Amino acid sequence: MDQAFKRKLIVAMADAIIAHAEELTALDSAIGDGDHGLNMKRGFEAVLADADNITVKPLPDALKAIGMTLVMKVGGASGPLYGTLAMGLGKALPAEPSVADATVALGRAIEDVKARGKSQVGQKTMLDVLIPVQAALAAGGDDLATRLPAIAAEAADATVPTKAIRGRASFLGERSIGHMDPGARSSSLLVQAICSVFNEA
Amino acid sequence: MSEQKNVGIVIVSHSAKVAEGAADMVRQMVGDSVPLAAVGGNADGGLGTDVGAIMGAIDKAWSESGVAILVDLGGAETNSEMAVEMMPEERRERIVICNAPLVEGAVMAATEASGGSPLAAVRATAEELMGG
Repeated sequence: MDQAFKRKLIVAMADAIIAHAEELTALDSAIGDGDHGLNMKRGFEAVLADADNITVKPLPDALKAIGMTLVMKVGGASGPLYGTLAMGLGKALPAEPSVADATVALGRAIEDVKARGKSQVGQKTMLDVLIPVQAALAAGGDDLATRLPAIAAEAADATVPTKAIRGRASFLGERSIGHMDPGARSSSLLVQAICSVFNEA
Repeated sequence: MSEQKNVGIVIVSHSAKVAEGAADMVRQMVGDSVPLAAVGGNADGGLGTDVGAIMGAIDKAWSESGVAILVDLGGAETNSEMAVEMMPEERRERIVICNAPLVEGAVMAATEASGGSPLAAVRATAEELMGG
């Protein structure tokens, strides 16, 4: 993966998070502590600022660097969670991954996120988006970069009627029902951003 | 037992004020007999937690007998776990995150630590609070 492509991915992810920061914060205000948008924005602005250093690295090291930046800068629970996801992908991906490599790597990184958040699918978290996306990758087929964003968006929507079991939203219990999970939404935005770059390629 | 042998206490809150206030209460109980560090707020100084700052606090409160960390809400725990994992391997086994309320847990843990108790006892004393 060349430097220009890695930069496009970073820019697309950062743009998506920065553009939707207010929406993410509004979602988080409804069921959490209202800092998700701002925290993610801070993290991705830091990644963007360091893009020159990150993109010269081979993909696995670039992902580890992104993960470390998110861990150090985000400041909420989403820092370690997204940091763990990126570092997990960095550990498992080769420098020039195939779809099959990406499937395996995302599966492993999801396990890391589960361990970090002590969470499972169905608990109104980012996992509710990542897991169906990984399943769709595993099923393969054509037009993945077109289909995955729709799958991610649908999965994020599907968190609306569920009850939070983990994270700050779990304090609300039944009252968390009826709101989209902010972490599911940010995961969906990132999937969309990554796929848009692959679609252009 | 010398001061450095006592287990250290680290307080991690989303709020710098809460962290400082809890540390004041600990100091009132145990004075300087226990290594203590308190940290709160994100990298921008807002509410949140900062992995780098937590690592710094663990260093500051480091004791050969180990360090017990008290946290407030979700992200404080997750970021503390991350900070522990990023510490040198030989230290990691001697750092625990207590499942206890922040203020009460810090005071109880520090009081236990000031008597020279080992890390497991310090943790157990703080965590008894959750038993009710």
